[in-house]
Amino acid sequence: MVVRELELDLDAFEGPFDLLLTLVLREELDLAEVDVAAIVVAFVELLADRETLDLEACGEFLVLVSTLLELKARALFPDEAAELADLGPEEAAEELARRLAEYRRMKEAAAWLAERLSDSRERFFRLGPAPLAPQPERKLAPQDPAQLAAALRALAADPPQVSLAHMALRFPPVALFVERFRALLQRRRLFDFDAEVSGMSRVEIAVAFLALLELRKQDEIVINQAAPFAPIRIARVDVERSSSWNVRSA
Amino acid sequence: MERPLRLIAANPLDALARTIEGLLVVATVPLSIEELCEAANESEERVQTALGLLGERHREGRSGIVLEHVAGGWAFRASRDAAEACARLFERPVQRGLTRAALETLSIVAYLGPVSRPEIARIRGVAADSAVAGLLERGLIAEAGRDHGIGGAVRYRTTPLFERVFALESLAALPRLDDLGEDVDAIRDRLARVAEQRSA
Repeated sequence: MVVRELELDLDAFEGPFDLLLTLVLREELDLAEVDVAAIVVAFVELLADRETLDLEACGEFLVLVSTLLELKARALFPDEAAELADLGPEEAAEELARRLAEYRRMKEAAAWLAERLSDSRERFFRLGPAPLAPQPERKLAPQDPAQLAAALRALAADPPQVSLAHMALRFPPVALFVERFRALLQRRRLFDFDAEVSGMSRVEIAVAFLALLELRKQDEIVINQAAPFAPIRIARVDVERSSSWNVRSA
Repeated sequence: MERPLRLIAANPLDALARTIEGLLVVATVPLSIEELCEAANESEERVQTALGLLGERHREGRSGIVLEHVAGGWAFRASRDAAEACARLFERPVQRGLTRAALETLSIVAYLGPVSRPEIARIRGVAADSAVAGLLERGLIAEAGRDHGIGGAVRYRTTPLFERVFALESLAALPRLDDLGEDVDAIRDRLARVAEQRSA
């Protein structure tokens, strides 16, 4: 008798024993899914059919199955193995007995369910999705047309004027500064922007700067700043240079 | 001769019984007493009495439709006389039966649920992945939350369909666990005897 040719019919596997071993070793079959007790039963049944006891085969089988069991135990209870090892022999036996009893009860419960299922072979009943629940009706309170008219009238009225008072920033006109800088440049060829605007409000400084940009656009001044945040120096463009540039560019 | 005048009036309880009959025909799952009371707009006591009346009318041997108390509610099913004919036309929810692994897993979920796969594996000594997947697919068990803690394993419980398929009024109709299997003492004694024999 050859152990490896033992034919198995398990939940997780169907085929010869050696194929099962190969698959387990290659990790293509999870040993945790394999019911080892069923393998033992298959082997014992095979033994029972024989006239003589093949001791060699029995020995080989025992070695293989015990190895399988150890592998499986390690895979299933990685933490609990340590837990059980901490227990004394008495306690470990107690724990083992408790677990066996638990499983045995579940096996009996399964047998009870199986019997119940075969008893109810003749029970036919309707199955399916539940019919739709009714949508809750949204009821309106009694209404009066006058109320609707009042609501529409309220909507049709002009909205109150929105106050912009809080936004009233007073901007001096840019032209004011343009004129002022032009007058200044009549008297001086060069001036310092910061010195000119010191003491003014932020808004006035901003408008004064816009006036500078305007003058630059008109090509009336040259703006210089040595470095970021350094004083801004304004110079008058020579009439001569500006006209020569105009002639050349024309 | 003067005869007493017989009033022919519909028994109000009979009307209620007909209403419940109609509700149960439309329903695809067992209806609880509370649902029946709400739909019929009646007291629980009267609905119970009407159900008694219906049960008398719809019982094996008298009607092709049988009233049963199952999965925490009331439902109609076909009578056993009609089973053979039904089987030619319809499939039962668990037509091909369940494997031993599936039944053991189902028992564990029914008795200990909500229970996670690792717990099932611990009790059975075999991983329960495929058995659980099969039971989920058949609708006999369903997910019921997770174990505590981050990444806790999914827990399972049995469904009303389980109670219906196994003709259980509720999970309380399962036999008591204490009445099943050997008790711990018996198993421990057996282990002890084996140990004694070896040391002798």
